[in-house]
Amino acid sequence: MDENIDSGFQVGRREVLTVGTAAAALCFTGLPAVAQDSGRPDAETAPGPVTVELQVNGQPYVLRLDPRTTLLDALREHLALTGSKKGCDHGQCGACTVLLDGRRINSCLTLAVMHDGQAITTIEGLADSGTLHPMQAAFIAHDGFQCGYCTSGQICSATGMLNESRAGMPSYVTENLAQARPELTDVEIRERMSGNICRCAAYPNIVSAIKQAAGLPT
Amino acid sequence: MKSFTYERADTLARATTSLAKPGTKVIAGGTNLLDLMKLQVESPSQLVDINRLPLDKIEDTPDGGLRIGATVRNSDLAADPRVRQRYGVLSRALLAGASAQLRNKATTGGNLLQRTRCYYFYDVTKPCNKRNPGSGCAALGGFNRVHAILGASDQCIATNPSDMAVAMRALDASVETVNGKGESRVIPIADLHRLPGSTPQIETTLKADEIITAVTVPPPPPGVQIYRKVRDRSSYAFALVSVAAIVESSGGRIRSARVAFGGLAPKPWRVPQAEQKLAGASVSAETVNVVATAVLDGARGYGSNDFKIPLTRRTLRAVLVEATGT
Repeated sequence: MDENIDSGFQVGRREVLTVGTAAAALCFTGLPAVAQDSGRPDAETAPGPVTVELQVNGQPYVLRLDPRTTLLDALREHLALTGSKKGCDHGQCGACTVLLDGRRINSCLTLAVMHDGQAITTIEGLADSGTLHPMQAAFIAHDGFQCGYCTSGQICSATGMLNESRAGMPSYVTENLAQARPELTDVEIRERMSGNICRCAAYPNIVSAIKQAAGLPT
Repeated sequence: MKSFTYERADTLARATTSLAKPGTKVIAGGTNLLDLMKLQVESPSQLVDINRLPLDKIEDTPDGGLRIGATVRNSDLAADPRVRQRYGVLSRALLAGASAQLRNKATTGGNLLQRTRCYYFYDVTKPCNKRNPGSGCAALGGFNRVHAILGASDQCIATNPSDMAVAMRALDASVETVNGKGESRVIPIADLHRLPGSTPQIETTLKADEIITAVTVPPPPPGVQIYRKVRDRSSYAFALVSVAAIVESSGGRIRSARVAFGGLAPKPWRVPQAEQKLAGASVSAETVNVVATAVLDGARGYGSNDFKIPLTRRTLRAVLVEATGT
């Protein structure tokens, strides 16, 4: 068993298969290779791992992590949830977008340890026991991708964006800020999704997919 | 990223005490700090996480203004009904910055303390007096399209990248802080950021053990509020020039105006003499010329950013036309 993960946690099929495989590489220090490579030369004085409990897709996970571990690396390298993608790793592309307590964030620009006890939803957690989330189904129906690398970030971001829109949050292109529920036009969708870059430029179909999921005419 | 110890502050006193230790940095949203730590532009030995401190409220002040906690997220501040109805310039400026994901994380205090986006500051293989004092400035003779035309020095021509701070400057906001001894003070936003001079590594007037706890905005002055941002793409880009304006006018004649500029200088730029020239004026070519000349007093380009001087004039004109409906 990977010593990163507390023995008391619920192990799902995926974790057994993939975390178990990764454990061979990680079991010596319990740190991801990335973090070890970039450490201070005075490694003997480097702070040890810290314990973090994350609620990921409704499941509690207790991890022992180097404080440097980003939320994205915790998800991908320690929980084998590789749906969230590492694109730029600098908050510029949106491929790593996940939902934190229902709000979309860049998981590459935050530390896992900062989110102890908080609820994270990744692309793996959107479907409901085998039934695709409406946003996932809409992306397929409208062919809202080509290579697919940005897609999990796009879908998580679009899901968070609809939450924001339903809560009445404005955007830079909202004409009347005082309006309690700005209408979700194409221009609004494009502005609100500007934090997700698609190198294949599937944008027209992404907008159509989001409109379908929002219940708007496409 | 260099290793560090992580501490979650459970009280403000604990946070300021920790901050007094050399090498310690506060982390809130972390969207700029972690980016810089990955590049080893920043390498704190300790991080103090203030996200769980009760600094996330927006409260009405007795005088009719607002007190905005330091960890209020940019998206929450932009969406607050009071801000949308009475401080439109602030809401618009916040919404003009970054992406929705970043605004959900980025905080009010952190936005004010974010570092420049000068490319050479981020490139550790290049000289930079801000990152490595005394090493020189690669931007002076390099690509300086995004750099300052006002307030710079021969040591540093970096700009302050914040949109929010430009609106806060137009609103005459104040920054509340607490230090390691528990002493609080109030800093007018105009005095928070320093010009680079010969010490570009010192960007604010905050002391080492001082934490921003809140930003207060006084009751909004009368007039139309506008935030206009000119950038290389229509969303998710830093300003080349931005203007936060609050203009009171009647029949095309300006009664009073506040005009703060972003993208031009190491801090939000506001010129009282220029605003005085707007009082009583109508928006003519001559008015725009006189006022823009006052705003651009002392301006100089460094090659790639020469265009910012005429762009500032045109952006000012567009804002005044929009504000007065002329």
